[in-house]
Amino acid sequence: MRTASVFYALAGLFALCVPLLGIYPVFMMKLLCFAMFACAYNLLLGFSGMLSFGHAAFFGSAAYASAWLATARGWGTVPAMLTGVAVSAFLGLVVGVIAIRRRGIYFAMITLALAQLIYFVCLEAPFTGGENGLQGVPRGSLFGVLQLKSDVVMYYLVLGAFLAEFAVIRRVVQSPFGQVLKAVRDNELRAVSLGYDINRYRLVAFVLSAALAGLAGSLKALVLGFATLSDVQQANSGEVILMTLLGGTGTFFGPVIGAAIVVTLQEYLSDIVGGWVTVIIGAVFIACVLAFRRGIVGELAALRPRRSSTSHDGGT
Amino acid sequence: MTEIFGIPVAVILGQLTLGLVNGSFYAMLSLGLAVIFGLMGVVNFAHGAFYALGAFAALLGLQWLGVNYWAALVLSPLAVGLLGILVERLFLRQLYKLDPLYGLLMTFGLALVIEGSLHQFFGASGRSYPVPAALGGVINLGFMILPIYRAWVIVVSIAVCFTTWFVIERTRLGATLRAATENAPLLQAFGVNVPLLVVATYGGGVALAALAGVLSAPVILVTSQMGSSLVIIVFAVVVIGGMGSILGAIVSGLALGVVEGFTKVIYPEASNIVVFVIMALVLILRPAGLFGKA
Repeated sequence: MRTASVFYALAGLFALCVPLLGIYPVFMMKLLCFAMFACAYNLLLGFSGMLSFGHAAFFGSAAYASAWLATARGWGTVPAMLTGVAVSAFLGLVVGVIAIRRRGIYFAMITLALAQLIYFVCLEAPFTGGENGLQGVPRGSLFGVLQLKSDVVMYYLVLGAFLAEFAVIRRVVQSPFGQVLKAVRDNELRAVSLGYDINRYRLVAFVLSAALAGLAGSLKALVLGFATLSDVQQANSGEVILMTLLGGTGTFFGPVIGAAIVVTLQEYLSDIVGGWVTVIIGAVFIACVLAFRRGIVGELAALRPRRSSTSHDGGT
Repeated sequence: MTEIFGIPVAVILGQLTLGLVNGSFYAMLSLGLAVIFGLMGVVNFAHGAFYALGAFAALLGLQWLGVNYWAALVLSPLAVGLLGILVERLFLRQLYKLDPLYGLLMTFGLALVIEGSLHQFFGASGRSYPVPAALGGVINLGFMILPIYRAWVIVVSIAVCFTTWFVIERTRLGATLRAATENAPLLQAFGVNVPLLVVATYGGGVALAALAGVLSAPVILVTSQMGSSLVIIVFAVVVIGGMGSILGAIVSGLALGVVEGFTKVIYPEASNIVVFVIMALVLILRPAGLFGKA
């Protein structure tokens, strides 16, 4: 565990100092939002063993809801954000109730199809701005005290939200509830025979993951000032899978690293190679699946000499 | 002019044939998807990309080599089928022992690579493919005007679908294929070359998608993204029909095309989502799908 603590300390120090290091804060905020999204997704894929192919629907719907409330309704930042989270949690409940009726591959296809439904609603509903999305979302202020227009203040808010979400996920996974989720993931029949109502556990995990993905989406809408179709479309669902897979499914910090890599690739590589970014992301996807299934953190953990009590979920 | 609910009958029938045309594509694609899944346990996310490749192969064959429509109907599925065989040999083969979800993720990446490359090489704007001269024009049926090409698409795809169904359900080759679906190691012990069967099935399923692509080229705009939203609808079709069922894939593909066509007449705003709504309803009422066994 020592290496993990040192690593977390260094990562925390780096995160706190970002505004001093001259790194573009908007980029770091975007990165943190997607890291939150990937961590929320990992709660589902990594710790509950459900591959959702439609998580962009929750990320995007919360982004749209918060953006609409903040612009058209003039709501404050915090209520708009929390309502966005509530919207995605509710959609998570509806999609979850339908999707958990099937397992594995079917679950993936059903979430994909229902997310496409939500995508079309965002495209065609009268208040979502169609192809343009919602632009010019004001950041507002935190409880009327802290003006979020400043990138530095906003950065620390996003960082705080990220740390809170990270802690919540860690707490959930290590709680008895999380242990049951992992038991269902590893051996569903055994969990059933032990008397657990597994569908209820799966549904709660799904709703929780959707809500946390929504938090990431709401924040992203505030940070960048817009909510568009790219938040809610299938490609975004694919990218969050890639982030989680690349960093390491079922590890706590893996999705953060995966998100950092994918967002950086998109931000900087697209200047160099233009539209080839999609092809490169596809190729990374294939490489991950064929050669690299444990992801970066997972492979690193596997390199380490085994501890006496080997834990599948690793310390990092 | 006769009307139903204030809508001219000719308009309804026009949308109905358009729905049947779309349904033909759904049926051909979901059929290939179902056969591939049945034998290999792989949900082929790249199916839409192969469909787009089929259309592009026909288009480029015409522009660069002067390959006409009739030759493209054979050559394009052949070329795409060979590419599929390559994909199976190089990539998919390594994933059979793993969770089927990895097959889905691998083919998703593959779809990104194929569609991204098509986009880079041929741009975002759609290209049109001329309707072959022999199939141009319309027939006046008295109660409606039917473009010949649409009728051709419906007839060909129904013929192809039911031939495939016949081969799988009624011939010796099909019996072997079904046996491999049930218990591949046992079949191999009987001396059947199962890996060959698997690679041929993947090639065949992908060729079917390419054939649908060639058929669709003259009725839609050929773009790199033409298959990416289609594949999601086809997934929903397969979930509705029941994943393992060949007949279910064909029937629900055609039927959902028609339902979509009708929705366009009655309530156009919902036409994009009607298939997904039906999928949700089917899952609530009959989780195994309409034709599936629980």
